[in-house]
Amino acid sequence: MAEKFTEITPNNSLFNLNLRELFAYKDLIHMYVKRDIVTVYKQTILGPLWFVIQPILTTVMFMFVFGNIAGISTDGIPGPLFYFSGIILWNYFSACLNTTSSTFTTNQAVFGKVYFPRLVVPVSVTISNLIKFLIQLAIFLIIYIVYIIKGTTIVPNAYALLSPILVLMCAGLALGFGIIFSSMTTKYRDLSFLLQFGIQLWMYATPIIYPLSTMPAGKQWIFQLNPMTSIIETFKYGVIGSGVFSWGWLAYSFGFMLILLLLGIMIFNKVEKDFMDTV
Amino acid sequence: MPTAIKIENLSKQYRLGVISTGTLSHDLNRWWTTKILRRDDPYLKIGETNDRSTKGSSEYVWALKDINMEIEQGDVVGIIGKNGAGKSTLLKLLSRVTKPTTGVIKYKGRIASLLEVGTGFHPEMTGRENIYMNGAIMGMTRAEITHKLDEIVDFSGCERYIDTPVKRYSSGMTVRLGFAIAAHLDPEILVVDEVLAVGDAEFQKKAIGKMQDVSKGEGRTVLFVSHNMASINTLCNSCVILDSGGIVNFCETSKAIDLYRSLCLQKTSENFDFESNERIAKNTYISNFDICNKQPLSFSDKLNFKFQIKSKNKASITLRIAIFDINDTRVMAFDSADVGEVFDVQENCTTEIECQLLDELNFKPGIYRINISIRQGSILLDHIVSVRNIEIAEADFFGTGRYSYSDMPFCLKKHQWKIKQ
Repeated sequence: MAEKFTEITPNNSLFNLNLRELFAYKDLIHMYVKRDIVTVYKQTILGPLWFVIQPILTTVMFMFVFGNIAGISTDGIPGPLFYFSGIILWNYFSACLNTTSSTFTTNQAVFGKVYFPRLVVPVSVTISNLIKFLIQLAIFLIIYIVYIIKGTTIVPNAYALLSPILVLMCAGLALGFGIIFSSMTTKYRDLSFLLQFGIQLWMYATPIIYPLSTMPAGKQWIFQLNPMTSIIETFKYGVIGSGVFSWGWLAYSFGFMLILLLLGIMIFNKVEKDFMDTV
Repeated sequence: MPTAIKIENLSKQYRLGVISTGTLSHDLNRWWTTKILRRDDPYLKIGETNDRSTKGSSEYVWALKDINMEIEQGDVVGIIGKNGAGKSTLLKLLSRVTKPTTGVIKYKGRIASLLEVGTGFHPEMTGRENIYMNGAIMGMTRAEITHKLDEIVDFSGCERYIDTPVKRYSSGMTVRLGFAIAAHLDPEILVVDEVLAVGDAEFQKKAIGKMQDVSKGEGRTVLFVSHNMASINTLCNSCVILDSGGIVNFCETSKAIDLYRSLCLQKTSENFDFESNERIAKNTYISNFDICNKQPLSFSDKLNFKFQIKSKNKASITLRIAIFDINDTRVMAFDSADVGEVFDVQENCTTEIECQLLDELNFKPGIYRINISIRQGSILLDHIVSVRNIEIAEADFFGTGRYSYSDMPFCLKKHQWKIKQ
């Protein structure tokens, strides 16, 4: 055998992202995605219907609480469309973030026995949530078409074509934040407490239950600093024709996502080598 | 044979105790000295050897310290040692579950580890789905698994259950399936940790056979950790003995097993403290026990044991001596009840009772362990495990110039062979 020696050493370069190795384990990612989708609703009667029921119920609740009771504007858009469009994107983001942020703690049994690139797990979570998102998106489109047939005036525009990129940005942000959180909580668990209600607060800081346009024009930039804001707003602008769109802020979110993701992978790779000793 | 694994100066340090704010201050200190002052890590200099039973003064222990070894391709190497000797740490480092503190491991090819098979099984998924899942975790591609699926199912012997969720499996079946997957993984290096304990005898035999095939037929390297000396003996051609994080010896298996056993015995023997012994009955107990012969014994010695019994009230007792070999098999027992002797001890009195063997012991050279007990009828009054060891010196038993009998059963008998005219 003329093979070279593989080395296991105490030190590893921060810039060795191991993406090639991750690709070599694509079948494992596939299996993890399948597992997530197939096993979540095993031994339930409604099964995958739950993927759909959750956002519908949330929409109904938001319509009641924020629309009827609090009377927050939906920018002239029918409530179900307005809330649902925001909720599915946000749900995708928060589900990814929530699950990936506990990667190390929930998988320590497997991680403690076998080696494979740990990044496989958060990446597969992001993908399996994407599938759930697509199912919800289909429901959204059904509601959308029903409204159009009923004659409601909704004006989508060409920016709707940005949607796939927006979804990728959500994924990137969630993955980036998630793996940074998971790396930081292996030793000190403090941050995981913060994350629980942090995500909730974050949702209110993102224009989901209100349109950004209702905020005073001079202060909108504060909301735009939140990288999720321009993603949600662009989506709403393109699909239901209501929202604030700016190439500048979208580029900001995109850059934010890229840097975060790179940083996340670097930290994650460093931590995965010996987190078993501290987790 | 070329080298498959090369380990150089490998060490692993662990911090004891719970992770708390104290950990944070150590982390900050470490970060300050290594990253800002650019000096060596202050906590690497301290640290003690990893002796589980003694109370240490340092929070840091070396689970492994300066391990150096080379393993040739195609070797089946056993790793033996007591609990906490560093076996699992070594395997963890090899399987990249955690990284070493210092040192390097170099290896060729793919390492697959079988540390507790069945981890990564999802209870809700069927056996078949789990084969794919587990195979993928261990680095197989989908096509590879599909190619071997029938073989795996067949080897595991779980065909009937293959489309049933794994949560319905018995623990033995889970292990079978897990082992079957790993055994068909075709890694260049296979790391196996105590997996055979759960399977039944038939499966253990099958698993050992498979591991032998893997190493002999396919030239793969196997590292095998076990406390079961019998399977170590059948499977491995050499063994590493670990103790307190260091290598005691790396030698041929039968020699290594003997060495390891004597290592275990040495620590338990000598000067058993009768006063601090936990007694079953308060009133009648063994206050001393001695072997009157001079150690090490020769083959022909007639053993002579002496009990000292203290009693606070009258009792009729029988005494028992059991001798165990290094495999912990009971090789001989002497019970006064067997020869019809019942001794009466008086109130507040110390009685000495002797046991004299009428025959030569004829055990093969080695170390043997002794358990003693006293009974009143069928009631156990006192029981001492590993009270003493006896050592039988190496000698030329048959007068043929042969001194090593490690491949013989425990007992040697003089005998004659003759051709019949």
